[in-house]
Amino acid sequence: MRDEAVYALRLGDDALVLAQRLSEWSARAPELEEDLALTNVALDLLGQARQLLTRAGELEGEGRDEDDLAYLRGDREFLNALIVEQPNGDFARTIARQLMFSTYQLALYDRLRDSADPVISGVAEKAVKEVAYHRDHAREWTLRLGDGTEESHRRMQEGVDWMWPLAAELFEHDALAERLVAEGIAADARELRPAWEHYVGAVLEEATLERPDTSYAATGGRRGEHSEALGHLLAVMQSTHRAYPGATW
Amino acid sequence: MSELWEVFVRSRRGLSHQHVGSLHAPDARMALRNARDVYTRREEGVSIWVVPASEVTASSPDEKDAFFDPAADKPYRHPTFYEVPDEVKHL
Repeated sequence: MRDEAVYALRLGDDALVLAQRLSEWSARAPELEEDLALTNVALDLLGQARQLLTRAGELEGEGRDEDDLAYLRGDREFLNALIVEQPNGDFARTIARQLMFSTYQLALYDRLRDSADPVISGVAEKAVKEVAYHRDHAREWTLRLGDGTEESHRRMQEGVDWMWPLAAELFEHDALAERLVAEGIAADARELRPAWEHYVGAVLEEATLERPDTSYAATGGRRGEHSEALGHLLAVMQSTHRAYPGATW
Repeated sequence: MSELWEVFVRSRRGLSHQHVGSLHAPDARMALRNARDVYTRREEGVSIWVVPASEVTASSPDEKDAFFDPAADKPYRHPTFYEVPDEVKHL
């Protein structure tokens, strides 16, 4: 597959898999208002994923459309980061992931507005407003849970500790990204990390939470090496399409 | 704990805020965000107000007769007894 198609898949798979995870909160969030907030975020991400997967299919040139790529690939063919496929855990863990991922994604899309690929730059241009709200939503909850009750603080800290080592993968850089950065298509994810650490660190401090002290960094998702969780997620997401190919409703 | 908030949305510039419903939120900032997600996700608004439901003083159904019925037979209070020039708009 061409470099550009792989890059579009990495971006699109992050959005698609996180959208699927967040949609699991539908009818299960702590309150109805939060139910809508999380599924709104999921729908924003799904919209991004549809365009990015469609673009990946075009760039690949094998005639695969967004549905083929979403529903008919196995887990080893997905290129999302490991953090987005992890089970939701409790609400605090989901919020911890939202804070870390949306802060990364906002900085990334801000750079990709200048991408030489017209579809990627178009998606990024539209999505920065969406993701700015995702980050704001996650920040507000992190502050309230972290600086809330003893129990909410404990859970929020656990969520942050759990997600933190997974966030490192978001800033990975490899030979493929290097080639695309040179062509002006991709952003150098390594450069996003200082501002990310600054923002997330400031939110954690304001929320009276400890910044995890670990150097462990998960890796593998960008090469298709995933945790067990992704297989289960895909089984749910793909079952209808695999049982009834091309089903619509 | 979550408290109840009343939500007012202005659908576009020039119109006033209209009451659209209520929701639960732990504080004002979250109430605004929840209102955004619950009531404006289909482009319904350009401005939102949230007000604690406990701060709303409502007229009582028991006082309905004394409050509202006396207005029923005062047609002279309606501006219908003079001609409105064509040039005057938005009355």
